[in-house]
Amino acid sequence: MLKIIHMKVNGKEQELAVDDRESLLDTLRNRLGLTSVKKGCEVGECGACTVLVDGEAIDSCIYLTMWADGKSIMTVEGLKGPNGELSPIQKAFIEEAAVQCGFCTPGLIMSAVEIVGTGKKYNREELRKLISGHLCRCTGYEKILNAMERIVDEVYRVSHQE
Amino acid sequence: MFDISSFYEAKSVKDAIDALVRDPNAQIISGGTDVLIRVREGKDAGRSLVSIHNIRELKGVSLLENGDIRIGAGTAFTHITNDPLIQKYIPMLGEAVDTVGGPQIRNMGTIGGNICNGATSADSASTMWTLEAELVLEGPEGERKVPIHEFYTGPGRTVRDRCEVCKYFIIHKEADEGWYGQYIKYGKRKAMEIATLGCAVRVKLTEDKKRVADVRLGYGVAGPTPLRCRKAEELLKGCEVNDREAVSRFAKTALTEVNPRTSWRASKEFRLQLIEELAKRGFVAAVERAGGVIHA
Repeated sequence: MLKIIHMKVNGKEQELAVDDRESLLDTLRNRLGLTSVKKGCEVGECGACTVLVDGEAIDSCIYLTMWADGKSIMTVEGLKGPNGELSPIQKAFIEEAAVQCGFCTPGLIMSAVEIVGTGKKYNREELRKLISGHLCRCTGYEKILNAMERIVDEVYRVSHQE
Repeated sequence: MFDISSFYEAKSVKDAIDALVRDPNAQIISGGTDVLIRVREGKDAGRSLVSIHNIRELKGVSLLENGDIRIGAGTAFTHITNDPLIQKYIPMLGEAVDTVGGPQIRNMGTIGGNICNGATSADSASTMWTLEAELVLEGPEGERKVPIHEFYTGPGRTVRDRCEVCKYFIIHKEADEGWYGQYIKYGKRKAMEIATLGCAVRVKLTEDKKRVADVRLGYGVAGPTPLRCRKAEELLKGCEVNDREAVSRFAKTALTEVNPRTSWRASKEFRLQLIEELAKRGFVAAVERAGGVIHA
């Protein structure tokens, strides 16, 4: 059954008619064209569909769109600057060559947004645990961890300068 | 699109109960990390869902006036782990639920769902048994309290009626004060894993920290439901923390109180080995947390 919901997606208020059996993944991709959100396993194992709901990383493939009513959603599309610039997190992934096929990247970047947002400093072992909800079949994770370490350190240093 | 026949987002516990009564085909969905996967696999396909996902009264941890701790059934694992009350009074529970799935799953899955699924492998369950948690259920006939050891009736089965909503858990002050514990999850991987075996040990030491005043031993996947090994516990009460023979008797006795099976994850024999070994390791860790000194 179609129902009307309201949610803020990447800072913009959206009013949508959605099927109440829809996953947030399908709504974001098919109704809003946000194709950074990848459809991988569809059972909450691979993390490719990770988005932020009210600032928390969730697997959008097993999250019903109806639950997002009144909430704020963020995807990689929402990270770009006013003139289309990449965010520091995306830059860190590029500089560390943490991207190969790219399928897991948007999900990992959204988890990175959540991790960096805590303002805490994490060591590599902690970061390993924090990205354990993502599968990457190309990189062996080392470069991804390099990028995570780099961005976590950068943000920590900037926020603790004074 | 999920193969469900209808979906209803309940506004309150009462509203959810009414919706469940109206539709005999309806079941509750909370965090969705188990239910939606069963729908995908076809096991729960065609069911109608009554969602308690966004009911505020089911969320959060609070300290009651009598010192008991109340944990809302709709509280997500991450929120339990990060909760200051949990960190102060029952850090073991925060750590146990921090072993569930991965970070995204822990942002979604709830402790109520973890328990009400009736799974023996639920990471919170063995700890909740050692905490002697009490469940508060509300159904069409009103509210009732069920101690966790009376909640499970078989694999995936509990005494909860289809129309009952688990509202919250009570951890009594006396089941918590002076106790320290450790949960050990054994799995092949460190993340995104269902426990091959889960072992929870809680101890209360005498004032000089030399003897075991009381001890509790709980397991997951050591039988069709989570369980406690009360005979083993009895044997260790009053013993010195460094009495190796007593500790090994404790672990051996646990073997007489469990009933693990062979599954594709592990054989019965391997689980028995884990049950004995993890009881010892869990005990040592719990004693150290309680301020006791174990001589290696």
